[in-house]
Amino acid sequence: MADLLQVTDENFDEEIINSDIPAMVDFWAEWCGPCRMVGPVVEELAQDYNGKIKIAKMNVDESRQTPARFGIRSIPTLILFKGGEVANTIVGSHPKDFIDEALKKLL
Amino acid sequence: MEDLIIIGAGPAGLTAGLYASRARLRTTLLERVAAGGQILTTDLVENYPGFPEGISGFELVDRMKRQAEKFGLVIQNQEVTRLELSPEKKVVVTDKGNLECRSLILACGAVPRRLGVEGEGPFTGKGVSYCATCDGPFYRDRDVAVIGGGNTAVEEALFLTRFAYKVHLVHRRDKLRATKLLQDRAMAEPKIAIIWDTVPLRFIGEAAVDGIDLKNVKTGETSHLAVHGIFVFIGYDPNNELVEGLLDLDEHGFVITDNEMRVSVPGVFAAGDIRSKSLRQVTTAVGEGAAAAFAAEQYLEGLK
Repeated sequence: MADLLQVTDENFDEEIINSDIPAMVDFWAEWCGPCRMVGPVVEELAQDYNGKIKIAKMNVDESRQTPARFGIRSIPTLILFKGGEVANTIVGSHPKDFIDEALKKLL
Repeated sequence: MEDLIIIGAGPAGLTAGLYASRARLRTTLLERVAAGGQILTTDLVENYPGFPEGISGFELVDRMKRQAEKFGLVIQNQEVTRLELSPEKKVVVTDKGNLECRSLILACGAVPRRLGVEGEGPFTGKGVSYCATCDGPFYRDRDVAVIGGGNTAVEEALFLTRFAYKVHLVHRRDKLRATKLLQDRAMAEPKIAIIWDTVPLRFIGEAAVDGIDLKNVKTGETSHLAVHGIFVFIGYDPNNELVEGLLDLDEHGFVITDNEMRVSVPGVFAAGDIRSKSLRQVTTAVGEGAAAAFAAEQYLEGLK
């Protein structure tokens, strides 16, 4: 958890939009039970895709502009980015393989 | 071959796992995402005995998981895709391969029921939600609607008053089904307005929800309610895809068991929200999980 990149409204563009490699952001919050279910899955995927896809988390309590910018009204939401554009959006808690399939398409 | 496989790591499955592990059965619990279940969407569980101050759904289930693992329960991350059930042998086909077991406990749970109105699917995640604790904070100072009149609907309406400007509770009858305590709280809450005898016709919006068309079932009158969020709590549908056609189900698709949690195939048991019953709570799920594990143990004894 501590190792996973945490992005905020301040560094979102720099880290994600301007990233050289594809990226995925897990929008979550402490008060969201299902987010805590997805959390460990995202951490595992971050290791699997280390160096190939930048995987980050954004706490929607601390950063409110970015979730609004992407029209997020449900969490957990995972947004996958390629070349600074939204490539895919996954709402809700899904098995690791399901997210893995979506990530493969980014490469 | 395993003595017992349990499918689903919510309160029912974890309790079955706790009892089975303490009975020294060779047990594996299979879960598709992670331990949790419906209870994860509950902010504060106030009716689970032993926690007078209440406990968060996440913490309660996390404690159950740690308790079961302490006694040796193995939880594996596998999605079950098919079951082959016979009295002699149960085959559990997963995304990672085939597993065989002598007995099986189904604790697959249930999911919130969809209304089935126009706009519901397209706007899910864009204003339509089935989890107030997840999505409530996105509606600070906005008007929202809650559809339903049972315990979950009223509890979640009360939770949403922390964020929303106004919570419209849309209910198809002229009285709530929720327990009296919750009804009293809802009636006393100035932010909640109850719209009686009314059903949603369609959810409306462009990029996201901005309203609902409603119909009064007594007068036939239609109306429009402007809201940014719609929270649907009208009951649950069982996760029964694996057992349709294999086991006896009730008219709503829930698995029928006897008092010992036995289903229509010997050596197979069901516990928790997937079971046909009248009360779906953590308290009932854990009791059924324990009973199912005990019944499985007895069944296995009988095979020797």
